[in-house]
Amino acid sequence: MKEPIRIASGQGFWGDLLTAPKMQVTKGPVDYLVMDYLAEVTMSIMQKQKKRDPSLGYAKDLVPLIADILPDCIDRNVKIITNGGGVNPQACAEAILASARELGIKGLKIGVVTGDDILERMDEFRSQGIEFRNMETGEDVGVIADKISSANVYFGAFPIVDALQQGADIVITGRTTDTGLTLAPMIYEYGWKEGDWDKLAAGTIAGHIMECGGQATGGNFSADWKSVPELENIGFPITEAYADGSIVITKHEGTGGLVTQQTVKEQLLYEIGDPGNYITPETIADFTTVQLSDDGPDRVKMTGVKGKPCTDTYKVSMSYADGYTAVSTLTYTWPDAFEKAKAADTILRKRLENLGLKFEEIRTEFVGVNACHGHLVSMPDHINEVVLRFGVRGKDFKMVERFGKEIAPLILTGPPSVTGFAGGRPKPSEVIAFWPALMPKNAVTPNIIIEQI
Amino acid sequence: MHIRLIDIAHARSGDKGDTANIGLIAREEKHYPILKKYVTAERVKSFFGEMVKGDVERFELPNLGALNFLLHGALGGGGTKSLMTDAQGKTFAAALLRMEIDIEETV
Repeated sequence: MKEPIRIASGQGFWGDLLTAPKMQVTKGPVDYLVMDYLAEVTMSIMQKQKKRDPSLGYAKDLVPLIADILPDCIDRNVKIITNGGGVNPQACAEAILASARELGIKGLKIGVVTGDDILERMDEFRSQGIEFRNMETGEDVGVIADKISSANVYFGAFPIVDALQQGADIVITGRTTDTGLTLAPMIYEYGWKEGDWDKLAAGTIAGHIMECGGQATGGNFSADWKSVPELENIGFPITEAYADGSIVITKHEGTGGLVTQQTVKEQLLYEIGDPGNYITPETIADFTTVQLSDDGPDRVKMTGVKGKPCTDTYKVSMSYADGYTAVSTLTYTWPDAFEKAKAADTILRKRLENLGLKFEEIRTEFVGVNACHGHLVSMPDHINEVVLRFGVRGKDFKMVERFGKEIAPLILTGPPSVTGFAGGRPKPSEVIAFWPALMPKNAVTPNIIIEQI
Repeated sequence: MHIRLIDIAHARSGDKGDTANIGLIAREEKHYPILKKYVTAERVKSFFGEMVKGDVERFELPNLGALNFLLHGALGGGGTKSLMTDAQGKTFAAALLRMEIDIEETV
């Protein structure tokens, strides 16, 4: 048994630093590279892409990214685990295999986890009596049944473990929890089982620290952002996992960024609800049991983690179209920059009213004054420049589109010293709303497919 | 004495739907009891005022010297529905660190 195992975070979201995975694989020893691609909104974007072209529906840039690091991963025996398969993990695996063939690689095994995409099975499940009630509002899913654009079950680490046990060098999944990507190698290497709640919780919390990449290693660090060295060269987090469930968070030597108790604490607290009950498919992790200690430069040790038995349900996330928004900006300068922006806002609102356009919401912000912190800021005496940011939301596409034609005219028919309308008319963009629900674990089974060249 | 939270705490915030979460972390161990005593859910709710439409919940993590706040109805509908620049609540942490409090203790 190898101990510890080193698990490296390569991407914290779809669109993260493209150089990070290569750094993680080549700047020091690691055993696994995990890459998280899926935010809620991502699934519905991918469903749209798949509808247009059945060979798409996954994180397309994952393919060249893996091709770039694959020879190094094979040399160094680094396994790759990612949920970048989106709503079409099989097509993603095919594309990766095709690029591996081009590189002349042989003997590569890719494990594909499917079964999470239940969009086509909603009627079947509902006829079985699964209600998919909204977890937040309690509403019946019937309200949105005819406009659901994606529906995915959050699988956890165990299907990935299954693929690893079948010899996969790369595991591509659809909707898998972010934390499950990091937990899976620990379960696989150390033989943890359902019932090992404390260890599963420790691996889950390690996964939570890893899931946003550089946010654990000095990125977006509020305690003392000026003290973080060399952010241009930031090292992404690495989890050193031990068989007893103790964890060290670190990064490669010679990289930028910082790992301290403070950077780890900020990420521990990021986007959590009740810290005593962090629910995943594997366990319920208790963040109030985490004990952190220093373990040398850029090393923080985590021990003492407690977990509780898992629930008998999976979380399901559905998305549906819910109207349109359009947002545009104009920049006003001295003299009277703020007064001019406020006057333009008044003029624009009156013009929209005269046109008879109706919206669910109209929002004006003054970027440079108080767009983010609202009434909490004191007004500065003198404002050099301000960006007027104006947005509308409504169900009627035509009205939202018509609003977009009212911005540019303000430049020639409104207050002076205005600029910054380079982007053209704002186009309506579709609002994607989410419907979180639960379903019994025994109603849906993950499928593991192994493909080999 | 009169202090601002930024003097004794750091923070990070993010979103879950229309709810913003703020993790408020004591800079030093001795600061945690002050955060716990003065930065109540009610105080945070009234501080944010019209910026938070729903309730504010508070959870304690003494092991990390931290409090977690959930600000419900703070993100203009959240996700792609929101018209806010900060639709994901990323700057709510900094906003909370603006809070000024009068304390009996010295820091």
